Amino acid sequence: MPADPIAKTAVPPSTADFVRRSLVRKGRWGVAEIGFWAVAAATLFLLPERHLILNEIAIIGLFALSLDLILGYAGIVSLGHAAFFGFGAYMAGILAKHGFADPLLGLVVSALAAALLGFVTSFLVLRGTDLTKLMVTLGVALVLGEIANQASWVTGGADGLQGISMGPVLGLFEFDIFGTTAYAYSLTVTFLLFIVARRIVVSPFGLSLRSIRDNPLRARAVGIPVNRRLVAVYTLAAAYAGVAGALLAQTTQFVSLDVLAFHRSADIMLVLVIGGAGYLYGGLLGAIGFKVLQDILSAWTPQYWQFWIGLILVVLVLVGRERLTDKAKALRPRSRGRLAGQAKVLPTTTAGEV
Amino acid sequence: MLTILFDGIAYGMLLFVLACGLAVTLGLMNFVNLAHGAFAMAGGYVTAVLMNRYGMPFLATLPLAFIVPAFVGLALERTLYKQLYARSHLDQVLFSIGLVFMAVAAVDYAMGSQQQLIQLPGWLQGRVEVLGIQVGLYRSFIIAICGVLVVVLQLILSKTRFGSRLRAAVDDPRVARGLGINVGLIFATTFAVGSGLAGLGGALGAEILGLDPTFPLKFMIYFLIVVTVGGTTTITGPFLASLILGIADVAGKYYVPSLGAFIIYTLMIVVLILRPQGLFARAR
Repeated sequence: MPADPIAKTAVPPSTADFVRRSLVRKGRWGVAEIGFWAVAAATLFLLPERHLILNEIAIIGLFALSLDLILGYAGIVSLGHAAFFGFGAYMAGILAKHGFADPLLGLVVSALAAALLGFVTSFLVLRGTDLTKLMVTLGVALVLGEIANQASWVTGGADGLQGISMGPVLGLFEFDIFGTTAYAYSLTVTFLLFIVARRIVVSPFGLSLRSIRDNPLRARAVGIPVNRRLVAVYTLAAAYAGVAGALLAQTTQFVSLDVLAFHRSADIMLVLVIGGAGYLYGGLLGAIGFKVLQDILSAWTPQYWQFWIGLILVVLVLVGRERLTDKAKALRPRSRGRLAGQAKVLPTTTAGEV
Repeated sequence: MLTILFDGIAYGMLLFVLACGLAVTLGLMNFVNLAHGAFAMAGGYVTAVLMNRYGMPFLATLPLAFIVPAFVGLALERTLYKQLYARSHLDQVLFSIGLVFMAVAAVDYAMGSQQQLIQLPGWLQGRVEVLGIQVGLYRSFIIAICGVLVVVLQLILSKTRFGSRLRAAVDDPRVARGLGINVGLIFATTFAVGSGLAGLGGALGAEILGLDPTFPLKFMIYFLIVVTVGGTTTITGPFLASLILGIADVAGKYYVPSLGAFIIYTLMIVVLILRPQGLFARAR
């Protein structure tokens, strides 16, 4: 009797075990990761004249990380993620303008406010096709932009919110004009939030998000509460974006309508695409790549750098953006080899049309 | 009051001509093309350049405003768009945003960032009074042209061989191909005509909507609203949606200018929540 090779291993008391072990393994910090953050910390001392741009990179990185949570992990296509970024920025700016100058208080309030907005609007993106989600997220950002434009007695309208003065961080570190405090502050916040996000995506919760992204119908059939998970991650991502916006408002001490503009949502998508969606370092690496690119291009053609950004986007899509991330993954043969042996036990399905 | 209604209808008609190409690519072919406004801008600039630099009469530039974007659209479809039909929506969005950025910067480089002005011929300027309503001549002209276009389009789609082939190709490309329909050719033609119509709309609208390099970004959302709210199974859906949008926008700007675009965006969100398939479409 020919034995089915799968039948032998088919009684899997190991499935839950396997998942648990693989999650724990993914949760371990690799050398490259520690190196990445060590380099980031070293730039605090080694590149003192670049702190202003590094500060922007840290903020954009956090913003892209937030988009990655919903786009890369949960598969929600959003064209209006700047809504939360801008909301957080205005929140922090307005708070500081009215005398609550403590930066950390501003961060917490902005995060909560953006999370609330994200929670409320998350119910709008649960329904409909990709196109509907696109339009609804875009619409939410546009509505907020209109409100910020019209409610000029609160937001300063088209002139921007001026006269923000921040207190020292933790009551100790004053913001300086070289951006050193600002960079240290943004980097620390980004790092802490990154650790939280990292913990989340290697938890069973994160695993369920990925299964929803790959096949929502199947995920529902396995018993994952799809809608609740999506609401949760959307709210979380909104809070992250709000913190990123608040960081920008606090460190630049200025908020303009630009934080809610469409091009900000589009740019952050580009950042994520450059870095690669679906793994946490995508946003951070993308932020570095994007900012460096923007710096070079705008020094070269100050007025028309958008052309080259557009060209890069087009080429990236045509070449296939997955290819870049696949190469990055291929650089880590260790984890691949280890999974390859056990992968047969857990047959995976490709994403199907639902 | 009636004048506002009239202006709103003209505006809506214009939006329909601008957006109907998108209704086909986005609605029927299921391709999220955010760069549609770039073709409209191309048409507008063709007219502006021909009139201002070469002194051609307004009417004579209109056919060219159709033909040039149509050929650009055809070339892009054959070389680039074609490869993305089967890709994910995210890829399509990224690709077309990239195109928009390129178009905006390129036009800025070639033409400068200022507003392009078009001198309308004398017989299209001014207003006349019809049955006690103030009616703009140019707007009547737009309504007439767009009205004819709507009827012709509807007839082509529903009565001709090409129309039924297009519908077949859209419904099920594989079966259509099996029946000997050249799906690639049909899609390319449709894309070219859609781009050409957008160009024509851009040329007609240069006077009303304004024309500068940021045109594709400014009006992208309007086109998308027309298509998503109108639903995508017929051509009448987007048509009604553009009329509603046009009238609501003009009336909103006239009566409650402080609320601005707020009403329209909110309405769009509400409609999309209640009817994700669009206002006039049956759920599939």
